[in-house]
This record gives sequence, C-alpha cells and structure tokens, in this order.
Amino acid sequence: MADAMPAAPGPLPVGPVGRRGLGQWGVGALIASEAALFAYLLFAYFYAAASARPGWLLEPAPKLWPALPNTLLLLSSSLVAWIGEKGVERGRRAEALTGLIGAFVMGAGFAAVQVYEWSIKPYRLGTSSYAALYFTTTGFHMAHVVAGLVILAMLALWVALDFFSPRRRIVVSAGVLYWHFVDAVWLLVFATYYLTPYLGFAR
Amino acid sequence: MTPAALRVPAIDDDTPELRARLHAIWATTPGWKGWFTTVDHKEIGIRYIVTAFVLLALGGVEALAIRLQLAGPDLRLMTPEQFNIFFSMHGMTMIFLYSSPVLSGFSNYLWPLLLGARDMAFPRLNAFSYWVYLAAALFLYTGFLTGNGPNDGWFNYVPYAERQYNPGLNQDFYALGMVLLGISTAVGAANFVVTAFKMRAPGMSIDRLPILIWGTLTASVANLVVVPAVSLAFFLLWLDRQFGTSFFRPAGGGQPLLWQHLFWLFGHPWVYAIVLPAMGMVSDGLPVFCRRPLVGYSLVALSTVATMILGFGVWVHHMFATGLPGLSLSFFSGASIVITVPSAVAVFAWLATIWTGRPVRSTAFLFFAAMILLFVIGGVSGFMTASVPVDWQLTDTYFVVAHLHYVLIGINVFPVVGATYFWFPKLTGRMMDERLGRWNFWTMFLGFNLGFLPMHLIGLFGMPRRVWTYPAEMGWSALNMITTIGSFAFAIGVLLFFVNVAKSWRAGALAPADPWGGSTLEWALPSPPAPYNFAVIPTIASRHPLWEEALDENTPRSTITRGMMLDTGKETVTTTPLDAIPDRIVEMPCDSWAPLLLAVALGILFVALLLKLWLAIALGALLVLGALILWLWPQRRLLEREPAHG
Repeated sequence: MADAMPAAPGPLPVGPVGRRGLGQWGVGALIASEAALFAYLLFAYFYAAASARPGWLLEPAPKLWPALPNTLLLLSSSLVAWIGEKGVERGRRAEALTGLIGAFVMGAGFAAVQVYEWSIKPYRLGTSSYAALYFTTTGFHMAHVVAGLVILAMLALWVALDFFSPRRRIVVSAGVLYWHFVDAVWLLVFATYYLTPYLGFAR
Repeated sequence: MTPAALRVPAIDDDTPELRARLHAIWATTPGWKGWFTTVDHKEIGIRYIVTAFVLLALGGVEALAIRLQLAGPDLRLMTPEQFNIFFSMHGMTMIFLYSSPVLSGFSNYLWPLLLGARDMAFPRLNAFSYWVYLAAALFLYTGFLTGNGPNDGWFNYVPYAERQYNPGLNQDFYALGMVLLGISTAVGAANFVVTAFKMRAPGMSIDRLPILIWGTLTASVANLVVVPAVSLAFFLLWLDRQFGTSFFRPAGGGQPLLWQHLFWLFGHPWVYAIVLPAMGMVSDGLPVFCRRPLVGYSLVALSTVATMILGFGVWVHHMFATGLPGLSLSFFSGASIVITVPSAVAVFAWLATIWTGRPVRSTAFLFFAAMILLFVIGGVSGFMTASVPVDWQLTDTYFVVAHLHYVLIGINVFPVVGATYFWFPKLTGRMMDERLGRWNFWTMFLGFNLGFLPMHLIGLFGMPRRVWTYPAEMGWSALNMITTIGSFAFAIGVLLFFVNVAKSWRAGALAPADPWGGSTLEWALPSPPAPYNFAVIPTIASRHPLWEEALDENTPRSTITRGMMLDTGKETVTTTPLDAIPDRIVEMPCDSWAPLLLAVALGILFVALLLKLWLAIALGALLVLGALILWLWPQRRLLEREPAHG
C-alpha cells in the first residue's frame, strides 16, 4: 500500500478551450455516422449502376453547367467559414461575422442553384431508379446544407450577441467543422453523379 | 467573474462532508419534474433495462402464440395474415427492441461505475437516446395494435414489402419506426464511443478496461457506421411505397437485391453488436465466481475487436441462395468460417477460467456457464451454414431458426439474466433470491433446449420457416409439439425470473457494497451508488483494482479513497484516450427538458410523416428545430460562452 498515490495533475484546462473539448468528439462521431450514410447512398448508386442494363444512365454526359461552378461556390464557402472561425479565434468580431454570414450567403446560393438545377432536369423522382437515386442523394445533401445553414445563422447570431471569446469558442469550431463536412461530402456526390459517367462508368 | 481557464484540482480524502456537498450538486430534482428531466446515467440505464424486459415479455407472448399455431398439423388458431404479423413482430421486437436496448441499459448503468467516472460523456444525449427508443417502441406497437404490424419478417424483403403487394400501413409503420429507432441507436453509440475514450479514471489505460467496455465499445463503433445502412434502406422503401420511386422495383430499373445488401450490411454487424457486450458481461462476471482473473485478457479483448472487423465482411452469407457469383460466395463463405476463430478464443478463455478457478455455483454463474454451452451449439450450427452447399440445403428452414435462437437466446438472454443476478444488488441495493434463482435457471435451461434442439431436426427434415401450418403427412407433428412444450417451459422460466426480480426489488435481502467479492470499481461503491458515483476520482493502477491485495501483484496500488474532489460545480475530469492521463476538468449538464422535448418533437414528426399530413410535418420539423436550438444554445454554466460577454 505504500505506493498508493492518487493522480495529482498539474493545472488542467477547465471546460472547452479553443476548439478542444468533449463537444469536438461529439461532432466527430456525428460526422462519422453521417459520412457512413452518404457512403451507403453512393454504394446504392454504384451497385444499381453496375448491375443495370445499358440506357439506365439518364444522362450519359451530365451537363457540368451549373453544377461545376456551383460546386466551386460551395467549396469556397468552406474557406470563408474558416475565416469566420479565425475571426472568433483572434477576437475580431467584424471579421468573424463577415466570414460566417459570407459562408451562409454562399451556401444559400448553392442551395438556390441546386433547386434550379432540379427544376430543369428532364426527369422526376418517379421516372426510374437512376432518377430516384439522383434526387434522393442530392436531396439528402440538400437537407444537410439546410442544417448547415441554420447552424451558420445561429453562429452568426451568437457572435453578434458577443457570446464567444478566443478561449470559449468550441461551439463555433464545431459548427464550422460540420459545414466543412457538408462541403466535402458534396465533392463525392458531385464526382459520383457528374464525373464518373465521363470515365465510362455505367455508360 | 471569469472562472480561471486553468486549475489545479484539489486532492483530498473521501469524507462525509464532501459527499454531502456532491450530493447537493449531483442529485436529480425530486418528484415528477426530475423524472422527466433527469440525465443521471443510472436512472436512464434502469429505464432502458425495464423497458427492454417489458418488450421481451411482449415478444415472448407473440412467440407463444406462434408456437400454439404450430403445435399440431393443420391448426387454424390464427389466419395466415395474423401469423405473418405475429412472427414479424416477434422478430422485430426481440432483435431491435429488446436485445440491443437491454445491453445499452446495462452499459449505461455500469459504464461510468466500471470506468471510475461520474457520468457518461453526454448525459443529455443519453436521456434523449432513451426517450427516442421509447417513442420508437410505442410507434411500432401502435402499428401492431391497429392491425398494422410488420408482416414480412424482421428482415422485410422486397418485393413483398412494396406497396403493390402490401397496400396497408404495416410497412410504413415498420419503415418509419426503424428510422426513428436508428436515431436512438446511433446517438447512444456515439455516447459510448466518446465515453470510452474520454471518461476513464486516471490510470485506467486501454489495457486495463473491463471486457464489458471492450464489448460495448466495439459494438458501438460498429453501430455508429452500420445503423445508417438500415435507416437508409427503410427510408428508401418508404419512398418506393409512398412516392413512387423505384429503388427496389425492377420495373423502374431498381434492384431488389439492393434491399438485401443494405439490410445485411447492417444486419450482420448488428448480430455481433447484440452479442459482444453480453459476451463482455460473461468475461467480467464469470471470473468473479471462479475466484481468479479472466484467462487471456488481451486475447479476449483483441478477439472482441477482431470479431467485429471480420463481422463487416460476412453479410453476404445471408444471401448465398440469391444467385450471386460463385467467387463472391467463396469470399464471404471463407470470411464466415474464419470468424469462428476469435469466437473460439473467447470460449477457450472462459473454459480455462472455470477449469483453473474455484467456481462458486451461484445462479449468475450457472447462467454464465450455460451461455458457453449454448454459444458453442449456436456457433457450430452457424459454422455449418457458413459453407455454401450446406447453406443451400438449410437456408429458410427451421435449422436456421434453431441456429439464430441458440445465438440470440444463448448469447444474449442467458448472459443478460445472469448479469441481472450479478448486478441486481448494485442496481437496487437488494439481493435476488438464490433459491428461486435455481428454479429459474433450470426451467429456462431445460425448457430452452427442449424447445430448440429438436428444431434443428425439424429443419433438416425440410420444414421451411415462416409457414403458417403444415399437413400431418409431413411427419413434423411430434417434433413441433415438443418444441411448443419446450417453449412454454422456457416461458415459465422467464416468468420465474420476472417474479424473482419483482419480489427481490420489493423485499430482497439488503445488499452490501460488494456481495460477490468483485474485482472492478463498481463494487467499491455503496449499493445503490450515490448520484455522483465517486466522491473522489479514483486512480487506477491495475486491471483489478479491488483484487490488488489478493493477487499481490508487484505494482503500485489503485487509490479509491483519496483523489481529486472536483466539488466546486457539477464537475468531473476527462483523460487521454490511450493512457488515461487527466487532460481537462469538465462541467456536466444538469437536469434538462431538452432531450424529452426533442424526442416528443421527433415523435410528432414521424407520426405526421406516416399519415402524410403536410402541415403537421412542417410543424414537427419546426418543433425539432426549436428543441435542437434550445439544447445547443451556448450556456455559461457549461463554459460554452464567455461570462464577461453578452
């Protein structure tokens, strides 16, 4: 028993500091599960495509306008959101608001273009399994964009209310991380539906 | 006042004054308000267990109805449609609403106690996970009570599940109910994963975790990434049925086999998710009654993880008879045969533990030991069907029904009942009746084997599963009668268990802190534990903190009576993922309405989706949004925002 010594740590951070804390782990787990969801959606596409008859692909050469510029818009919104997060980290509220609101506007622009693109498709949800997969997968992504937009809006509101400091800002970091995920996963959806046909898959 | 960003936690002894202070901070508000808002993992764990046992009883009654209909040839006790609903409800209830939630309940209750923690990583998420589970169970049983239970077996193959063949609301209840339940499972899994990595007591490095932690952690990692597959499958089915899509309908270019892939991509890892934590219960409980540590701790821990890794690659063995290419069948057959190796490692470890120990034949020991036997029987019949030609003979016969019941009852129900005898004193502060326990065990054990051993033969004689009845000339009548008698005997055994629980909870002998001489931290606490679990944060120096004197290993000793007090708020400490070195003091959330509100909002949303009431759907979605914002609104108390600002 002589060497029974309780752990006696030195100074420990109290609560979430910066972007570190339990919340960061929570968002990580959420993203892992959501990433799996998209993996199954894309699996469904590849499986259906690989086992389908010729002609299954309703768009053998998908039009890259406006999808490609829209993709670039969404990806750059990630950068703008990051600038917003940096603004909170540096304690510059104007910069933070510009970044978060800028990312929100760009994300909303992406969503609007996506809705427009849905409206000009020559097929509808019930047309075929390709159509169902296209609308459902992009629809799932749209649901995540909307969730991300709500998050960005709430973050902007909370920054405007001066809730955060360079030290207490885990909420901002977690929200922006989620937005990065929404953008990154679109890249995979885009590559699957718009680029793989050009590689000859399922044509 | 700005709290300091850094603090050296004060160290002191466990004293009554400290306990009084902590009690005031951690106790749930008394009365109905606290009942709805509590985030205490112990309260939530007990609710999980009780709800799961109620559903076990319901699923059991459904099974008895099935067995009555099959007791003799050409019986007409129920119509074929009713029979379809009964066997589907039985499977769905047992697999989704009992076997996983009951393990979540035990893990919820036990994890923080085993880990030396004051609560789970996300207490509100924990409460939410329970409420959504309850909502999903009510949702699915509402379908059943209105004549709309699932009617296509628990794995619900298309095309029969499609609207063309199944026009009622049955499948819509099932589809949406499963999506709802998936939310509960996924958030619960996330909570376990983060808790395992962050909430352990200082010194509890990854090689000192109890096996139950390994089991539930492995299952939770799997659930986190496979539950979306089944949620998606059911959601797509719902779209096919209600919005005319053709994911699974060949007429529109869809793929019926896509359903089977998505379902079993989830389904097989799920089978391991509902047995690995139960195997963990045996690995932790059995050694206590053998008076020695588990043989081969590292091998058992690694084989737990290995089982799950292999378990991701065996789903096609449920689809051997669907005409897939031979090469892919060979691959999945090989993987299904290899997966017996890690399972065998666990079996030999348990056998060696009993062999080299001094077994105390308590009721819990009997259940744990019986599990080993039943696991071997269920494992061997599973190994047989891993072979493609054997599977082609046996698939969709009663042989498979016998196999899966040996696995699920043998490796889930028996360990869970054993675990109840083992941990009941900790949960309730009272001992279960050992005499009634013997009756309970032998009735369950003999009844189960009487019912399910002959079922292998019925299957070999060619009786297909899920048939409503059979003609006398088939020669299956005697064996079916024996199975029915056995199932009723088994049911009486389960009833004795419930009687024992009810009786002992009210008037059992009072339990000391450590009635069995256990080795893990929960036995250092009073029975039942205080709301804060540990008055001082323990420091762990070995795998068996309470057996260090007895084992007399030449290591530093664990410290349970002196440590960090963390009593200036609802505080605890987090540690690093591998070595468990303290890295942060965290504020834990207090009682909260947000979890219940969010669960109710989700319930409204799903009922509205079922009925396709667009206005109610919009309202439900807004309620969900509102509840989420309420939950996530940054709180000063949780140090999510800066007190000096705003």
